[in-house]
Amino acid sequence: MNTVKTLFSATALAAALMALPATAQDDVITVASTTSTENSGLFDHLLPLFEEETGIEVRVIAQGTGQALETGRRGDADVVFVHAKPAEEKFVADGYGVARVEVMYNDFIIVGPAKDPADIAGGADAVDAFTSIAETESAFASRGDESGTNKKERAIWEEAGIEPSGSWYRELGQGMGPTLNTAAQMPAYSLADRGTWISFENRGDLEILVEGDNRLFNQYGVILVDPERHENVNAEDGQAFIDWLVSDVGQQAIADYKLGGEQLFMPNAK
Amino acid sequence: MDGDNAFLTAFHLILSGDPALAQIVALSLRVTLTAVLVSCLIGLPLGAALSLARFPGRGAVIVVFNALMGLPPVVAGLIVYLALSNTGPLGFLKLLFTPTAMIIAQSLLITPIIISLTRSVIDELWSEYEEQLRSLGSSALRAIPTLLWDGRFSLVTVILAGLGRAMAEVGAVLIVGGNIAGYTRTMTTAIALETAKGDLALALGLGIILLLLTLVLNAGAFLSSRIAQRQAA
Repeated sequence: MNTVKTLFSATALAAALMALPATAQDDVITVASTTSTENSGLFDHLLPLFEEETGIEVRVIAQGTGQALETGRRGDADVVFVHAKPAEEKFVADGYGVARVEVMYNDFIIVGPAKDPADIAGGADAVDAFTSIAETESAFASRGDESGTNKKERAIWEEAGIEPSGSWYRELGQGMGPTLNTAAQMPAYSLADRGTWISFENRGDLEILVEGDNRLFNQYGVILVDPERHENVNAEDGQAFIDWLVSDVGQQAIADYKLGGEQLFMPNAK
Repeated sequence: MDGDNAFLTAFHLILSGDPALAQIVALSLRVTLTAVLVSCLIGLPLGAALSLARFPGRGAVIVVFNALMGLPPVVAGLIVYLALSNTGPLGFLKLLFTPTAMIIAQSLLITPIIISLTRSVIDELWSEYEEQLRSLGSSALRAIPTLLWDGRFSLVTVILAGLGRAMAEVGAVLIVGGNIAGYTRTMTTAIALETAKGDLALALGLGIILLLLTLVLNAGAFLSSRIAQRQAA
């Protein structure tokens, strides 16, 4: 019967289309990383170099640090590449990661509207700046998403002895880019990583107001997900990626990445 | 003006024949069209059967499928994510963060739409044909292929409704695909990414291309069903 034939060929076609990526999982690793590294274009710069040298294909999933660590915890990635030292150390201590390796750093900056209602421009003390923002109840856009930037922001509030709440404090639950898009429109203050800021194209009225505080140091670390915990982890190729990142070649490649003449990440592997 | 930039950007992108863009467009089409095909294979016969069969709890089943037409993409994505995750029940298939996972999530999203709308199309046809088919001694369920065939022109709209939903959604494919460059990046996840980067002109330019694609697909469906209708007449 014709209908049966049609049905059969349609099913076969559907099955063929679904199964199309019949690539072997060899020579492929999945890296759970942060929106800051992906959105800044760093991976577009690094990965072709690494892939050419080793033939290993790297698939990057850009998430907040909290979500990226969760992806690693579930064994859905081979490597996590994030920026929240205490959370990373806990990840390793809990037995999900083999070891935490420092790769590079940059810094966080406090951005805000040029009008600067809390009068923080030019300062170099993040805690003072946050205190002024809270006292003047100036709008502040928080990531609110457990990302590395969000964790850093909360640490600063804590040090200032402030529990931010009220209509001026807006938790967006969004990535860095969407948060900056929103902050530019409100307008509101926000804490941003410099990498995303430099590559961000919709700044509107926002400017860098506070930078250079040691508290705003932003260290990136890379961790191999423990293959003893999740046997599907491609430990060999994942370790090759980590080794490459901290090698002279990898470190130089990170230093070479510039946007508009500005270097986004400073290599500091030991 | 951002809008002018967006049209210029879209125009340049199309003319440049950028291979990365071509790959994104191809993946979007492959994922969405496969999901529509899978959903039709399941949804068309099931929707017709739901229209014709009489069983206890049928009303409840109809209501559930109607409600599932409003299944939020992000929830569909989360369900598939948890199922396919390494620690989930289907983790051994190693499908998370692949195009196949995206097809599964979109199929989950649009199958209820196909089922519910097919049921409503067949309901109407059946009330027209019931006497005729019964007099031929055909049982209701055996009439399914005949009814689907006779309702094919109305069912094109049903399929297009599913297609539109799949083309437009970003929540499900983002969660289960991971928006991996060159592998699971589709039109909608690329638009979300460019918006996140603050490159609104590029994001809107991609949006215009996506709309054009949808327009072409719909025009194709319209024309072919019109030609077929003429030939049938």
